[in-house]
Amino acid sequence: MATITRSNPILLILSLYFVLSYAPAAFAISSGNVDGYTISGRVKIPSMGVRGFALPGKLSNAKVILNGGQRVSFLMPDGYFTFHNVPAGTHLIEVAAIGYFFSPVRVDVSARNPGKVQAALTENRRILSELVLEPLREEQYYEIREPFSIMSVVKSPMGLMMGFMVIVVFLMPKLVENMDPEEMRRAQEEMRNQGVPTLANLLPGAARSS
Amino acid sequence: MAMAIRVFMLLLLFLSSSNPSFSLYEDQVGLMDWHQPYIGKVKHAVFQTQKAGRKRVIVSTEENVIASLDLRRGEIFWRHVLGGNDAVDEIDIALGKYLISLSSEGSILRAWNLPDGQMAWESFLQGSKPSKSLLFVPTNMKADKDNVILVFGKGCLHAVSSIDGEVLWKKDLVDESVEVQNVIQPLGSDIIYAVGFSGSSQVDVFKINAKNGELLRHNSAAFPGGFSGEVSLVSSDMLVALDATRSILVSISFLDGEISFQQTYISNLIEDFSGMAVILPSKLTGMFAVKASTFMVFIRVTGEGKMEVVDSINHAAAVSDALPFSEGQQAFGLVRHEGSKIHLTVKLGHDWSSDLLKESIEIDHHRGLVHKVFINNYIRTDRSYGFRALIVMEDHSLMLLQQGAIVWSREDGLASVIDVTTSELPWEKAGVSVAKVEHNLFEWLKGHMLKLKGTLMLASPEDVAAIQGMRLKSSEKSKMTRDHNGFRKLLIVLTRSGKLYALHTGDGRVVWSILLRSLRKSEACEYPTGLNVYQWQVPHHHAMDENPSVLVVGRCGLSEDAPGVLSFVDTYTGMELNSFNLAHSVAQIIPLPFTDSTEQRLHLILDTDRHAHLYPKNPEAIGIFQREFPNIYWYSIETDNGIIRGHVLKHSCNLELADEYCFDNSDLWSIVIPSESEKIIATATRKLNEVVHTQAKVTTDQDVMYKYVSKNMLFVATVSPKATGEIGSATPEESSLVVYLIDTVTGRILHRMTHQGSQGPVHAVFSENWVVYHYFNLRAHRYEMSVIEIYDQSRADNKDVWKLVLGKHNLTTPISSYSRPEVITKYQSYFFTHSVKAIAVTSTAKGITSKQLLIGTIGDQVLALDKRYVDPRRTINPSQAEREEGIIPLTDSLPIIPQSYVTHTLKVEGLRGIISVPAKLESTSLVFAYGVDLFFTQIAPSKTYDSLTEDFSYALLLLTIVALIAAIFVTWVLS
Repeated sequence: MATITRSNPILLILSLYFVLSYAPAAFAISSGNVDGYTISGRVKIPSMGVRGFALPGKLSNAKVILNGGQRVSFLMPDGYFTFHNVPAGTHLIEVAAIGYFFSPVRVDVSARNPGKVQAALTENRRILSELVLEPLREEQYYEIREPFSIMSVVKSPMGLMMGFMVIVVFLMPKLVENMDPEEMRRAQEEMRNQGVPTLANLLPGAARSS
Repeated sequence: MAMAIRVFMLLLLFLSSSNPSFSLYEDQVGLMDWHQPYIGKVKHAVFQTQKAGRKRVIVSTEENVIASLDLRRGEIFWRHVLGGNDAVDEIDIALGKYLISLSSEGSILRAWNLPDGQMAWESFLQGSKPSKSLLFVPTNMKADKDNVILVFGKGCLHAVSSIDGEVLWKKDLVDESVEVQNVIQPLGSDIIYAVGFSGSSQVDVFKINAKNGELLRHNSAAFPGGFSGEVSLVSSDMLVALDATRSILVSISFLDGEISFQQTYISNLIEDFSGMAVILPSKLTGMFAVKASTFMVFIRVTGEGKMEVVDSINHAAAVSDALPFSEGQQAFGLVRHEGSKIHLTVKLGHDWSSDLLKESIEIDHHRGLVHKVFINNYIRTDRSYGFRALIVMEDHSLMLLQQGAIVWSREDGLASVIDVTTSELPWEKAGVSVAKVEHNLFEWLKGHMLKLKGTLMLASPEDVAAIQGMRLKSSEKSKMTRDHNGFRKLLIVLTRSGKLYALHTGDGRVVWSILLRSLRKSEACEYPTGLNVYQWQVPHHHAMDENPSVLVVGRCGLSEDAPGVLSFVDTYTGMELNSFNLAHSVAQIIPLPFTDSTEQRLHLILDTDRHAHLYPKNPEAIGIFQREFPNIYWYSIETDNGIIRGHVLKHSCNLELADEYCFDNSDLWSIVIPSESEKIIATATRKLNEVVHTQAKVTTDQDVMYKYVSKNMLFVATVSPKATGEIGSATPEESSLVVYLIDTVTGRILHRMTHQGSQGPVHAVFSENWVVYHYFNLRAHRYEMSVIEIYDQSRADNKDVWKLVLGKHNLTTPISSYSRPEVITKYQSYFFTHSVKAIAVTSTAKGITSKQLLIGTIGDQVLALDKRYVDPRRTINPSQAEREEGIIPLTDSLPIIPQSYVTHTLKVEGLRGIISVPAKLESTSLVFAYGVDLFFTQIAPSKTYDSLTEDFSYALLLLTIVALIAAIFVTWVLS
């Protein structure tokens, strides 16, 4: 049951200890005032430009969200963002940009060692050495229409119907013709003994496999 | 042969159930869905009309939106929705290319690029004390010299460079404990004056060097009468304030920092004045506006502080700020109501008698009063000055007036939806043929040939455009009558302005809208707030000729014990049938499952004095109610004290005034949650109108599990008091989340579970026998979604055939809320990537179709997640039988499939709620998501198994039939 989900923290904590002891001050966090720190980072979208929404103009509609909506920040033209006056603690940063999937990032702002900050993607637990957020993948919101192929027509219910009729009309007589008369008689007898298969004894099997 | 049939059937089944997720092709956008962007009630507006190119107006609104609108058509160029607690204080234009916005009580200053809305810079202004926040952008800004913005916020005065947002200097005015009211920089001077009050009667003037922020002088003077707060600046060296009794106007002159007072009794200015006066916030020159009793009085102030009344207006009116135009002249706009018309006058600042412009415009009375007006000038073709006015109405709509006509209007009240319900449309009238064949057969065939070409990917671009046009303009979906599939309905939407809208589900247009009398601000009701809207009368059997109506419940004030108001609105005509001001308050509204002979639903309204009031107030209702009297139970939750109580009706009220529709209640049970360790943060119940198709669930091993389906289940989530704050404020050790499933009739706790190291916010949805809730796991630092399913164990033995035969079963025992069946629960948790703003579940007419969770994510998108993913029976390695049943192998996190976003590439900005209503067609559910934007779509969680899809190719079917007939003939001839 829940064991799988519960086993994660240990791993995560271990990796964090590692970072705490070895990683240098990773990125811009400054203690400007007594009551808070500043988290700044950068959102970087590789300009693949394959599709419409990969254009850099759409970056102006991206938002960076701290702790599930506590604060919302916007991106500068170069992708930088800043949160001011953030208290020490472990925070969550999310990026909302249409067309991209960003992993939320956990950011630890340490009160004891001002300036020491760790960040890690929560989706794949990757540790970030600097707060540069890149999308894990692009998101395609629409189904892609498959190009026309003979197979798609054949596979459609109507195509199947036609195909089946063609088989019954043209091939079945041929099959019967080619059959050995002896075998044919035997098969017919067998059929008579078994009784004609009805739809009723087909159904349970069909239903189960649905 | 048998095998062939079997394979064929299997193939068919496979084809029909291949993809369980909701998905959309790009060319299907707009066929079943619509999206409407809004901005909310405008607070500030600045025009950008100086340069050539497209003229715009930039607005900030009460929904924390900053938007740039096209001045010609009112469309949105760009828009930013700021965070929930990042309210915009002021906006202005600097350098001709940036929009400067000051938000979060004067602590965040941002510059937005005017053409595209890209943020250019952001500056965080620190201060220590909450105060008024002011933004001052000098108007004579030259690109080389004066590019400094003055900001006062949190007790500090900041000078910020408008080029990069750098703070040039900062002057802390906190130590002087002065509440600064205004910051003035006389035109072209290097001196800044900051004027404020300290204490209640002392005026302080700071003279500050604009170059470096050096405090040159600090003067203060006491006024014995005291001040009452608001001030109005009449010139660059004079303010007007009211004394503490609000009957004397005080002009405060601070010429060169020297303070002098001059008093004027209002009764000397206005003859029959009595009571209190209020200075209206306006920025006029040499003049200010005062509201005294019912009048709005304009008072001119001369150089020595002498005052004289210029005009007094008896009607509701609104004034704009002064607008400088040519040769140092200033103009301002004034809008007055007279009957159904509004009069717009633009006057010269120094000369009241001259009217630059006088227009009167007929306006829909359902827009209410004018709340705000902003004016802008333009040069007409004959080189004279023309003026346009942007007005904000009581219903939050925005209108542009120019040349005596409404150029455009926006229904921005729809950005603040409070509650939604639906109503059916009228039946199609006899005489209008329902089955009218589209145009003629040829057109119809042509259309389908085009579609066929489309599906076979043979269509040329022109054909594709023709197909798209054909689909979108299909008038079928926006008809004003009920359809067979139940897709066409009215969404009845209650907004914060007290306006009720009916939106057509087909295309989202406003069918009617009404500003409710009972929810308008009036003498008796200072702060009306709408609460909920309910279906009041849904005629179906024996009141067919009645129109359906809705009940709107509100209260007359902000606190819970304020008296309630009720309104009844006909949903066909949009007329307010009736409205009441209640004598009692409204704490809770319970729609009862009973209707009277006119199909009016009985509602029980509970007040804060623990009385229950029955509506409608008619003898028949009381008769029905008396019959069901002992069967009515309800619960109440006191979040602050952590008490959940169950109530039962007792007897009629013991009031001085006999009221047979009022009942007392008594407590039946109570659950006290220890407040030192737990605090209630979320509750969820099943929807009252939810339909459950089957009670039993057949598991893989031919076993039957009985769902515990009870309408009286309540889900409650509590967290430890330390973990009630935001994420990051508590450590995993000190936070825990506890969830309860409670039977609200008996008060029995059916299930209790603790999630250690977790905290809220909790969003939960309850349906059938399961509840799904979303919360934050601090240990893993990820969001989680948990499911609890509850099964009835007492009926588990019924599957034994022998017991059934011998009659040793309990199938005949009635299912009762009083019994205490044995229940078992199954639960499981999964990680979920995003923060969640709202969560709902699809509902269908008969409850046969499988369910999808509708999750409103932090990115303002709505994700449809199959309930099968959130199943407690998922295992790592499901057996073959389990796979066939549809059990998905266990993963630690829930998948986010981009194609299953029902909002596809759109965002429902500021998402607040999602509702789902069943269509008549079992497979389909209608989904409406609201926030600042509105979004509506139809979804089919198990695909449209009961109807042909929209892109079904009839032509291909015809072709097939023709081909088959041909084949039959061919074979007939051949044989």
